[in-house]
Amino acid sequence: MQIPTIDESKTALNYHGAAEAASHHEAHPDHRIFGIIVFLVAEGMIFLGLFAAYLTFRAVAPVWPPEGTPERELLLPGINTAILIASSFVIHKGDTAVKNNNVASLRTWFLITAIMGAIFLAGQVYEYSHLEFGLKTNLYASTFYVLTGFHGMHVCFGILLILGVLWRSLKQGHYSSKNHFGVEAAEVYWHFVDIVWIVLFLLLYIL
Amino acid sequence: MTQLQVTDSANLGNTAETNTGGDWRKYFGFSTDHKVIGIQYLVTTFVFYLIGGALAAAVRTELATPDSDFVSRELYNSFFTIHATIMIFLWIVPAGTGGFGNYLIPLMIGAKDMAFPKLNAVAFWMIPPGGILLLSSFFVGAAGSGWTSYPPLSLINGQAGEFIWILSVLLLGTSSILGAVNFLVTLLKMRLPGMGLHQMPLFCWAMLSVSALVLVSTPVLAGALILLSFDLVAGTAFFNPTGGGDPVVYQHMFWFYSHPAVYIMILPMFGMISDILPVHARKPIFGYRAIAYSSLAISFLGLIVWAHHMFTSGTPAWLRMFFMIATMVIAIPTGIKVFSWLATIWGGKLDLNSAMLFGMGFVSMFVIGGLSGIMLASVPVDIHVHDTYFVVAHLHYVLFGGSVFGLYAGLYHWFPKMTGRMVNETWGRIHFALTLIGFNLCFLPMHKLGLEGMPRRVAEYDPKFAGLNLMATVGAYILAVSTIPFVINAVWSWMYGPKASANPWKALTLEWMTSSPPPVENFHEEPILWTGPYDYGIDFEEEGEEKSVEELLAEVKVDVG
Repeated sequence: MQIPTIDESKTALNYHGAAEAASHHEAHPDHRIFGIIVFLVAEGMIFLGLFAAYLTFRAVAPVWPPEGTPERELLLPGINTAILIASSFVIHKGDTAVKNNNVASLRTWFLITAIMGAIFLAGQVYEYSHLEFGLKTNLYASTFYVLTGFHGMHVCFGILLILGVLWRSLKQGHYSSKNHFGVEAAEVYWHFVDIVWIVLFLLLYIL
Repeated sequence: MTQLQVTDSANLGNTAETNTGGDWRKYFGFSTDHKVIGIQYLVTTFVFYLIGGALAAAVRTELATPDSDFVSRELYNSFFTIHATIMIFLWIVPAGTGGFGNYLIPLMIGAKDMAFPKLNAVAFWMIPPGGILLLSSFFVGAAGSGWTSYPPLSLINGQAGEFIWILSVLLLGTSSILGAVNFLVTLLKMRLPGMGLHQMPLFCWAMLSVSALVLVSTPVLAGALILLSFDLVAGTAFFNPTGGGDPVVYQHMFWFYSHPAVYIMILPMFGMISDILPVHARKPIFGYRAIAYSSLAISFLGLIVWAHHMFTSGTPAWLRMFFMIATMVIAIPTGIKVFSWLATIWGGKLDLNSAMLFGMGFVSMFVIGGLSGIMLASVPVDIHVHDTYFVVAHLHYVLFGGSVFGLYAGLYHWFPKMTGRMVNETWGRIHFALTLIGFNLCFLPMHKLGLEGMPRRVAEYDPKFAGLNLMATVGAYILAVSTIPFVINAVWSWMYGPKASANPWKALTLEWMTSSPPPVENFHEEPILWTGPYDYGIDFEEEGEEKSVEELLAEVKVDVG
């Protein structure tokens, strides 16, 4: 007897016969990278919200930046941007290395990425201390500090993630070509921070 | 043999031993079991519901007479602010998504747990601190500028309380985002092999739409609150016109979350109702795909209509026209759902138990709220009744008549599954009658009050409104009393109620294919998807000779090879 509502090709038993994907009786399935990406969608929406606020302030203001805002130096932020973009390629080299089971090389590339991130932050701090406007000078200054500061916080967190990966990589066999969630997560996060900065840089400095 | 008997026995397997509720202390600890977390959410948020309800009772007591004679005006402002904040962020959102979402999703899709059980527990354990933080602000003068916290009012109205309010909402919002990540990954990646998206129960479709909505909208509220806290604490002027800022930007950011939030608060209940009505009407759901896709449509449209809350905020006419039309378009997917539910129960063998009563109450009360929503979407009407009691009436018809009735329906329907005990139906029906009477007595008069021009958020009012306000206050007291039979019934039944069988409602979704309450990791043996989730009333008797479960199983196994 056939039960009409069952599509034979879709029953659980058939599936298992065909695919042997019996994850149900195995360890908890690993969807962490997908989870990180979904989480970064939310994270990205915070930045999008802040960008939208910035653009609205700007659209409504008669002059932007408001009159009396000192000129900004473009050289240092330009170099900083180049360093951050370059670091995205460096961290990817680390990811490639671990996929080839080369943990020593992973360590090198991740260390370089962390240093580049630290240089970026140092440049940011240097810029803050030499700017001629403060948090409360005017609306442009406030948005500038809050946006770059909020992004800087993310860079900080990214560096911590990378250092965490470095620390764990010291343990023999922690990362391998099969098992490298931490490496991938740090990389995805770092790319995210990088892309946000590109938009931020265009909004605050160029446009 | 009917199909139902097959499914029942086949999935329970030979493991006859049922799960005893286990150690009650697990509900107070850091458990990673999604069922424990779901119940933790439901119980915690229900406690906050009672606190928020007490605040509402205080507000209604103040409004029983036209004079401000019960509490001080400042305290009154704090009461309605914290009442709304609790009801939204600590009751309806976490109970609907966190509570039922956590409890039901893995069971309905045949998974052992959520994708990230630890993250799940972390998300829950942000709720109690968030709530306690919010309540503690009463010691320093709680926020009193309404749950919307519009600047510049919120910037000059008691700094400490406002800052605690921001922290608390940020914490609760984070919890909600982490929950949504979990739901989305679980629903997309952990369904039983063979369960496509179109074999999911409709609650899962609703939760898919809700999770997407939470992920996209909640972070923007976080952005707004970060800027608001800078204004509040650091003295910047993002939203402060005296420093060159623009308060309307806050309103845009706030409503970009808070309008979708009303769908975050109603879509899970839409899903639950779609699962409850067919079971107790013994009929297949009408228009499965229509209901499933209309959830997605609502969640998309919900993202692009936020400025209808801002028709009086200097929004340009062309923009108001866009938001008016977009808002009215939402009535289409919502109407599709309502008519599908009506078609589902039409001609069914209705079992009028508490779950079904609340389910039908949900549909009828929600329709009233939906209709006043269409009135409010129309710009000329909205300008007339903006910030009046008409808005209060509308929002309570959708959030109480809709969401809370839906939550009660869900609680009665899944109570046997969660606790392994049956609730007392008589007291459940009394609870329903009291709730329905109290609710309508409280909120129906508010429509008239609003149309006559009584503003919301005031402690004293024109004496000509006194009669209807007194009626609303009496309704509020009946509502307060109505929770008593529910609480006693729930607690008593949980401890001493008659034991529930695995599937007391003879339902077809997977959560009923395991013991009540389900064991850790949910299923005694891997569940088999025998039927669609709503194949009720399909009779297979004419299909030929009857076969036993063993024969059927053998047949399937032969097919598998």
